Amino acid sequence: MAEAAESSGDPGTTSPRPLFAGLSDISISQDIPVEGEITIPMRSHIREFDSSTLNESVQNTIMRDLKAVGKKFMHVLYPRKSNTLLRDWDLWGPLILCVTLALMLQRSSIDSEKDGGPQFAEVFVIVWFGAVTITLNSKLLGGNISFFQSLCVLGYCILPLTVAMLVCRLVLLAEPGPINFVVRFFVVIVMFAWSIVASTAFLADSQPPNRKALAIYPVFLFYFVISWMILTFTP
Amino acid sequence: MMAAADELAFHEFEEASDLLAETPDAATTSGSNQLTPQGHVAVAVDSGGSYGAEEEVEESDRTALLQEEKQQPGFWTFGYYQSFFDVDTSQVLDRIRGSLLPRPGHNFVRHHLRNRPDLYGPFWICATLAFVLAVTGNLTLVLAQRRDPSIHYSPQFHKVTVAGVTIYCYVWLVPLALWAFLRWRKGVRERMGPYTFLETVCVYGYSLFVFIPTVVLWLIPVPWLQWLFGGLALALSAASLVFTLWPVVREDTRLVAAVLLSTVVLLHALLAVGCKFYFFQPLPLAHPAPPTQAASLSPDLPPPP
Repeated sequence: MAEAAESSGDPGTTSPRPLFAGLSDISISQDIPVEGEITIPMRSHIREFDSSTLNESVQNTIMRDLKAVGKKFMHVLYPRKSNTLLRDWDLWGPLILCVTLALMLQRSSIDSEKDGGPQFAEVFVIVWFGAVTITLNSKLLGGNISFFQSLCVLGYCILPLTVAMLVCRLVLLAEPGPINFVVRFFVVIVMFAWSIVASTAFLADSQPPNRKALAIYPVFLFYFVISWMILTFTP
Repeated sequence: MMAAADELAFHEFEEASDLLAETPDAATTSGSNQLTPQGHVAVAVDSGGSYGAEEEVEESDRTALLQEEKQQPGFWTFGYYQSFFDVDTSQVLDRIRGSLLPRPGHNFVRHHLRNRPDLYGPFWICATLAFVLAVTGNLTLVLAQRRDPSIHYSPQFHKVTVAGVTIYCYVWLVPLALWAFLRWRKGVRERMGPYTFLETVCVYGYSLFVFIPTVVLWLIPVPWLQWLFGGLALALSAASLVFTLWPVVREDTRLVAAVLLSTVVLLHALLAVGCKFYFFQPLPLAHPAPPTQAASLSPDLPPPP
């Protein structure tokens, strides 16, 4: 609706008025175009292209998932408060890590069944049931993190310990001795601390403030048990 | 107008006392306080606490509100279990401290739990104890092997399973039996009802905390020191249990009270000694070590299943 908009358009012709006096008279004139396109600047999530992922090559699919897993590995190795692990959770990474760890922790079957180290199934059960128990614990204490998000974080933060396992296996190829043990001990302790720091950085914010220690202690126990399994491994 | 207000006030009081009479178990604080209104008995039994009178008044107001508004959620809902984890860090630490330092007048359930048992403490204390037992048991084998290379070392991972199962069974089955027995004898007692099942589990769970540092100290390979630490831990733990149970059983006949308390202490001692022998197994006799006190007992040990 065209009102006396022209009066605001030419300031010099009218009598001097106080500042901003004419603001209330301003209306949108038909001369000013008010049309255009509104675009949301962020990239829409990949889910809207669902129909087209059926046609892509297998390599694309696999590489996309691998890249997502790799990106999360980087987030764990350099933990800072970010939401990537929580927002786009997936369980591929924890599965890969758990299987790797369990395979490496297997010992030859020369030892008797009873007295040996953990079997593949035992490691698997400890990792997954431990993660589920910790998640249940944190939800019961009143944390607002979803079940799978928590599993995702706990699984991904096993990465430093898997690296420690690799290093230990390499070190064990050398001749045994106290130095061998000290090196392995040092590596495992450092990686254990790294795991705890990484998982705390992701999980601590979702807990109620006066129960943070109650929620973090089981995580500490969980990684402690895994570190002990790694440290006591003998080929 | 004034008459209406008076009627309203009287009606509310009647409603509250009706609720109290009908459903003595509705709120968690009802427990044994059936004769007097909520909140007052809490003051009478233990006045040594650091909490002032305002907390009791607050608690009685709150429990009166809760009785009227909140229904206990069904056991199939998540909220039901969430109510057992309604503790803060400071509360858990306070309960642990209370179990470590039992005092004769202080009833753990009334003073520290304040009739709000939690499952967090017992569950994670048992888990920690199971893992610590397995780990230190393994470590003693490592240390022994370093002194005498002929011993065969192995990670003995199956001991984790055994430790876990034993401790969890102890903390759940023994309180179940104790609770059932106390309820059966309820008719003899007038003043104080038995504890709820969860409170009993809580007492047992927290009383096991003192064994965690003891087990770590058992790494020191001096036998008399190990027995000393074990005895000390057992004394503290059993004292905590006995002081908690004493107010409930003292109205019973002397015989029943004595038998019950000694059974509780005996079971606790069995657990401690059994753990010591199974996880800190003295070394196999294949090597010519000088006969220590522990090694001389080893022929009596059955091999692990």
